[in-house]
Amino acid sequence: MNYSEYISLILLLPLAGFVLLGLFGKKLFKQSSGMIGVLVLLISTVLSLYTAYQYFFVNGKLNDVYQTIIPVKYTWLQFASGTSIDMGITLDPIAVMMLVVVTFVSLMVHIFSLGYMKGEKRFSTYYSFLSLFTFSMLGLVVASNIFQIYIFWELVGISSYLLIGFYFDRPSAVAASKKAFIITRFADLCFLIGILILAFEGGTLDFNTLIHRLTDTQSSQYISITTASFLGVSVLTWALTLVFIGGAGKSAMFPLHVWLPDAMEGPTPVSALIHAATMVVAGVYLVARLFPVFSINEASLYIVTWIGAISAILAAIVACTQTDIKRVLAYSTMSQIGYMMFALGVAHLGGESGLGYTASMFHLFTHAFFKSLLFLCAGAVIHLIHSNEMNDMGGLRKYMPVTHITFLVACLAIAGVPPLSGFFSKEEVLLAAFHSNKLIYGIALFTSGLTAFYMFRLYFSIFWNKSKSLDTHAHEGTFSMKLPLIVLSICTLLAGFIPFGNFISSDGKNLELPFLLNFSIAPVLFALTGIVVAMRMYKKENNLPHRVAASLGGLYKAAYRKFYIDEIYLFITKKIIFNLIGRPAAWIDKNIVDGTMNGIAYGTGKVSHWIKGIQSGKVQGYALYFFSGIIVLAILVIYFWK
Amino acid sequence: MNGIPISHILFVSTALFFIGIYGMFTRRNLITMLMAIELMLNSVNINFVVFNKYLWPGKLDGVFFTIFIITIAAAEAAVAIAIIINLYRNHQSIDVEDAVELKH
Repeated sequence: MNYSEYISLILLLPLAGFVLLGLFGKKLFKQSSGMIGVLVLLISTVLSLYTAYQYFFVNGKLNDVYQTIIPVKYTWLQFASGTSIDMGITLDPIAVMMLVVVTFVSLMVHIFSLGYMKGEKRFSTYYSFLSLFTFSMLGLVVASNIFQIYIFWELVGISSYLLIGFYFDRPSAVAASKKAFIITRFADLCFLIGILILAFEGGTLDFNTLIHRLTDTQSSQYISITTASFLGVSVLTWALTLVFIGGAGKSAMFPLHVWLPDAMEGPTPVSALIHAATMVVAGVYLVARLFPVFSINEASLYIVTWIGAISAILAAIVACTQTDIKRVLAYSTMSQIGYMMFALGVAHLGGESGLGYTASMFHLFTHAFFKSLLFLCAGAVIHLIHSNEMNDMGGLRKYMPVTHITFLVACLAIAGVPPLSGFFSKEEVLLAAFHSNKLIYGIALFTSGLTAFYMFRLYFSIFWNKSKSLDTHAHEGTFSMKLPLIVLSICTLLAGFIPFGNFISSDGKNLELPFLLNFSIAPVLFALTGIVVAMRMYKKENNLPHRVAASLGGLYKAAYRKFYIDEIYLFITKKIIFNLIGRPAAWIDKNIVDGTMNGIAYGTGKVSHWIKGIQSGKVQGYALYFFSGIIVLAILVIYFWK
Repeated sequence: MNGIPISHILFVSTALFFIGIYGMFTRRNLITMLMAIELMLNSVNINFVVFNKYLWPGKLDGVFFTIFIITIAAAEAAVAIAIIINLYRNHQSIDVEDAVELKH
């Protein structure tokens, strides 16, 4: 089959599902909407897997280099010749990989939600939102045009907003959804400005043309964008930094990460899909998509690297102190995305120096599986306990064996214990960092130790520690909740063995991923240390955690309060922006804008009060005014019209 | 025809016009006021015809205008009488002093 015959179906089926369930779900498919959603996603997933097979093994390669194939392209808005907003589908290695990841994780989440969301009043609405999200995310990953990516970028933003605020009767959920929306909107504004600069300088919105023009050092566009400068920094750096801010907002990078922990107010399967596996990696994907352009600009890569590294370590430290299990996972997600970001930042185009690129995509791929698995397990636990707090849990291994084992698998994977998938991908990330920047490598290594610690802190607190007696009829949940856990844990176990360099590399050529046994000793040691420390502190109920927390003192408190970043934001918005901009603006609105309007109304009233006596009700009086007017006009015309 | 000077005719039309204005201002009966308006219109008609005849004898524009005004006046009279009939139905009178509902 040719791509163009079925590729649009992958996108259009979830859209159709959204429309169908959104319009008629409540009336017609009250019970069956979940099954409809699953079925639609199943078809999409099968088609995606088929596409991946076709692309990677049958016809994606030309002379051993993966080609960019554009099976569908439709010009939507044409501004000038060469500059148009197109709706298209691009197939290249990262897009195909993301297609598989998005549809697959989405399918798992759809299946899991059948059990998790059972009995919800807005069951069909939930599924329609999930379909909308899947459609938007798929549109984002296959976008052939930078403006198309922006449109779908906003669409995933709105679906994320809708799903975070799904329980809109809880004020905290409403606040969280607003926070997520506003912060990502702010970042998207920067993204839009970046797009406009790139489009203005490059003269096109099309990805391939843009990348081609801006990477060719002979082209006039390249010369103009690199020589023009604003505030002493070249326009290219500005554009890429602005685009990266957009990506950082979506990917919850420091300092725009504050929305992600709050976004955990949404239903847990949603967190697994949107805030762990797919939407939050959109920023990484964006940088990867524009990677050829990023790689010619050292300054912007430097920013990407450091923001990624800072986010990774900061989030890992905060994750060690949180007690809400979903928040721990949220910070862990942020930390892992930091890994992906700095892996991209330390990479360069082509050959061995492109290792970071492959490593980043590899980590994205494996992370999608184990992190969504972790979230779904957390969902299963929350489903049983009806609480997010670690203190309410403990000793659950007896009650939920499947969840216990799958959670353990995911924890081992994220901690980087061989031979699970996380080990391999993290290994490549660390190796890429090691080759280019030792300081980044050090941060990453330390973070991987922390990762192991906080994940096993979570694991031991939930499944070991104090034993909690639950009702005897407490059980794990339905088959539909267990199946995704098992499938995802198998993926987590096996995904690391995929020779990723054969499929994805910065230049499309085959890249043999190096595997050095000596090199992997250090990260594994760090991971094991983290696990052992966590075991010591949390396996049995004791007061060691409190003693450690007390001895750390200020650092613990700062980490527990998330380094006061929320407070800083509140200070900036409430104290500075409100007082310096909000209040003067309100004053101008109240006194000057409203004042003008009120003045006009008052003046009109006053004048009409004076002249209303003229309206006497006497027709002859009116006729008299009329004739007087005519006479005056006649005199004026006769004597002054020259 | 040439024996009558233009001033005579203009005098007639001016007299007619001010008779109309007088009628308009003094009468309270709507029908009478309508008749006064017709007088004013006709004085204008006379002016048109006279100026056409004396100043541009070769042209017919003034005459056309006169015919036009007569037509409009007929229509206007029909509308005005319709209004008057409705006023009578509502007030049992056609005195303009009685119709004061829209006074401030």
